[in-house]
Amino acid sequence: MKLIVNGASLDIDQARTIEELLVELKLAGKGAIVELNQEILDKSQHAETRLANGDKVEIVHFVGGG
Amino acid sequence: MNDRYSRQILFEPIGEEGQDQLSDKHVVIIGAGALGTGNAEILARAGVGRITIADRDYVEWSNLQRQQLFSEEDAKYRMPKAVAARERLEQVNSDIHVESLVLDAGVEELRELAEFADLLIDATDNFDTRLLINDISQERKIPWIYGACVGSYGLSYVILPGETPCLSCLLEKVPMGGATCDTAGIIAPVVQMVVAHQTAEALKLLTGNTTSLRNKLVSFDMWNNHYLAMDVQKLKKADCPSCGEHAHYPHLDPENQTKTAVLCGRNTVQIRPSEKGERDLEELSLSLSRLGGRIEQNPYLLSYSSDEEQRLVFFKDGRVLIHGTKDITEAKNLYYSLIG
Repeated sequence: MKLIVNGASLDIDQARTIEELLVELKLAGKGAIVELNQEILDKSQHAETRLANGDKVEIVHFVGGG
Repeated sequence: MNDRYSRQILFEPIGEEGQDQLSDKHVVIIGAGALGTGNAEILARAGVGRITIADRDYVEWSNLQRQQLFSEEDAKYRMPKAVAARERLEQVNSDIHVESLVLDAGVEELRELAEFADLLIDATDNFDTRLLINDISQERKIPWIYGACVGSYGLSYVILPGETPCLSCLLEKVPMGGATCDTAGIIAPVVQMVVAHQTAEALKLLTGNTTSLRNKLVSFDMWNNHYLAMDVQKLKKADCPSCGEHAHYPHLDPENQTKTAVLCGRNTVQIRPSEKGERDLEELSLSLSRLGGRIEQNPYLLSYSSDEEQRLVFFKDGRVLIHGTKDITEAKNLYYSLIG
């Protein structure tokens, strides 16, 4: 499946949901906020929200440095 | 009166009136590392009347690449960062009042710092302190500006009590582990980008130009050329324990704080994170392996030492033992530099 993630085209192997995508991108557990096709998702929706070919996903993850 | 601020006064949204407002304001900057020194220099030059900068650490050579108020002398003499920052700021602008505090910002310290503050600026290096700042900000109704960076990635967000979502709304759960500047490195331009976003919003807030506030969570990767501004207003939670209708500021509760203890007779400090959860030892092993040093691992714990003096043992339940020190501040510095 092809997605546009943070502006870049990305081939996804396994992930079928937002939650699985975050795991695949190694962003699970980092408080990530996700917009799917310009619609912001509540974290409680990450597990059930399914991805489709061509979806535009924007992800902001949190870091601790400074 | 010299024309120190003339170009800023010429800028119409600030003007004479805005400049007067700045001179009456008190900004507290928590942390005097890369973000702290960057924020402090811009706000001091801008003429914020009172700046307090707090930090528990001292200057090291590895700071000089990006921590803009420090000199080689400061690194040689291991000057406390807050003090070295104040001395430089006083050279930059002697018209304002700068106060430095060498301390570890816990609940009581932050409450005192926030007492007469108009704005809190986050320049810390860990989530624990940020969540304390978040709850103090909600308790005292003082805005704060989150900023963070690692590698070539940075982000920032302005939190206005009663208006925007707070950090607890956005995070929900404290991230455990993750990259830090000491494990994944950091380039100075991304620091400056975060500082630019934090200070631009600070100037708007302090001069009452609130309609110009960005109101978006911004993030950027300056190596991979991506920039994002996300409207997160919808994530404000009515039942948020920090900012919701029945807010009780959980991170200020002694029960929920990261606990440190010196283990008697063992030259060891134990750090127990506030958030219950399992530490991902595999991920940790991967990130520490880039630093060199020795890693030993079994299914229950991971032991890491970079030199002969100190060894850190990370348990799966989140606890960390730091062998080779009785000094809690030194132990925390090491802990947050590796864990974030």
